[in-house]
Amino acid sequence: MKAAPFAYMHPESLEQALEALTQHGADAKLIAGGQSLVPMMAIRLTRPACLVDVNRLPELRGITAAGPQHLRTGATTRQRDLQEHLELARLVPLIGAALHWVGHVQTRNRGTVGGSLVHADPAAELPLAALLLNARIHLRSQAMGERTVQASDFFISPMFTATGETECVTAIEWPVWDGPGIACAFEETATRQGDFAIAAAACQLQLDAAGICRRAAVGLGGMAGTPLAFPDLAGKLVGQRVTRAPARDIAEVAVRRTDPGSDLHADPEYRRHLAAVLLTRVLLRAAATAAPALVA
Amino acid sequence: MTQGPATPAAPAHATVAITVNGRLHHRTVEPRTTLVDFLRETLGLTGSHVGCEHDVCGACAVLLDGDPVRACCIFAVQADGMSVTTVEGLAPERGEFSALQDAFCEAHALQCGYCTPGMLIACHDLLARNPNPDEEAIREAIGGNLCRCTGYQQIVDAVELAAAGKVAVHG
Repeated sequence: MKAAPFAYMHPESLEQALEALTQHGADAKLIAGGQSLVPMMAIRLTRPACLVDVNRLPELRGITAAGPQHLRTGATTRQRDLQEHLELARLVPLIGAALHWVGHVQTRNRGTVGGSLVHADPAAELPLAALLLNARIHLRSQAMGERTVQASDFFISPMFTATGETECVTAIEWPVWDGPGIACAFEETATRQGDFAIAAAACQLQLDAAGICRRAAVGLGGMAGTPLAFPDLAGKLVGQRVTRAPARDIAEVAVRRTDPGSDLHADPEYRRHLAAVLLTRVLLRAAATAAPALVA
Repeated sequence: MTQGPATPAAPAHATVAITVNGRLHHRTVEPRTTLVDFLRETLGLTGSHVGCEHDVCGACAVLLDGDPVRACCIFAVQADGMSVTTVEGLAPERGEFSALQDAFCEAHALQCGYCTPGMLIACHDLLARNPNPDEEAIREAIGGNLCRCTGYQQIVDAVELAAAGKVAVHG
C-alpha cells in the first residue's frame, strides 16, 4: 500500500524542526531513518499530516566522547555507522553486540539509534542495550528546553516512551564501563536473523583477576511491553563466580517476572523457556570472554 | 490528485534533483511518492521491483550515495540531491552484463526473477566491499532479500563464481 498524503518539511536547523513540532503538535511526526515509520505509514497504521525530516541536521549526528564515563551518539547516527566505529566497539561493546541482530545491511544503512529507541518496539535490540546500561536520553523542545531521561524511565509501553509530543531525541549518552575484565553478550531467537526477536537476552559483566564478578547488568527483550532489566538479580552475581548454577538461577527468577505475549510464533510458556535458556547462555558466554582462563 | 492536508503550511508537491545511474533528473513529486515508485513510474526505470512495500522483501533495493537501501522505505523527496544506482546501472554498457549478472545466468541464480534486482544490488555491494566473501558473508549480505524460487543456494553459488572470476559472458 501507499502512505496517505502528507506535507513534507526539511528544516535546516534543530530550532526549525522544534518550531515545526510546536506548531503542528500531534499532526507532525519526525522522520529519521524511517525504517519503522515508513512501513507503518505504508500499511496505514499511522498517517501523520506532516513529516519533519531531521536527516540533514549535522547537530543530531555523530559519535563523540562525553566525559570519561560516557560515549555520546547523536540521535540520527546510522546503525551502520555505529557498527563500523572502532572506538565505540571498544568503549560500549554492547551496542555492536546488539546491532549484530538488528535488521539487515539495507535497513542499518538508514535506521538510526535514536529512531530505534523512540520507536520502542518491545522486542527491539537497541532499546534493550540502552536499558541494560541505563543510557541517558537527551530530549529537546521549545516548551521544555533540554532535558535528559534515564533509559529506566524512558520506555513506558509498546511504542510509547517519555518523549513528549513536541520533543525531539537529540542524543544518547552510553555509560562506559571502566577497567579490565569487561565483556558482554547478546543473543536472540527470531524466525530469520534480522527480524524482531521472539525472545532476546543480554548482559554485561566485569570479572576480577580471580574470576569473581564485580559488576553485572542483565536484561531481556520481547518478554513484556518494554525491554526489562534486572538490577537486583544482577547484584546477586556480584561477589561470586558466574558458573552455570547461579546463571541458571538468575535466569529462572528473571523469566518469572516477565509478561510475554502470545502470537503465531510462540506462546508465553515457550517464550519464558527460551528466555531462560538465552539468559543463561549470555551470562556464561560473557563470563568466558571476560576471564577465559578461569571459567571451567 | 489528492492534496496534502491543510494543517501544515507546506507545499503539497516538491521539486527534487536526483542523479540516477549517472544522469541528473529534475522532477516534481508528491511527498508520499516512495523512491522506488519515483524510479519506476516517474523515470520509467522498471528494473527495481516493488514487492512488499513495507521493508521486508528487499526487491526494491538500490544504492543510495553508494550504500544499499530499500527504496520503498525512503520518499523521493528525501533523496533530493542524492545519487541513486539501480540494477540498470550495474552493467558497464547498455546491452551488456556485469560479471555478477553473468554469474547469475551461469549459476541459475534466478527463476521468476522478481527478487533479482534486489539480490544483484545486495551482492554487487558485497563484492565491492569484500571481493572474496565466504559463504557466511554472502548469506549475511542477502539476508534482507527474500527469494521464493531458488532456495538461495544458486545465488550463493553465483556470487562465489563472480568472486572467483570464472564467468562466461552471457550479456
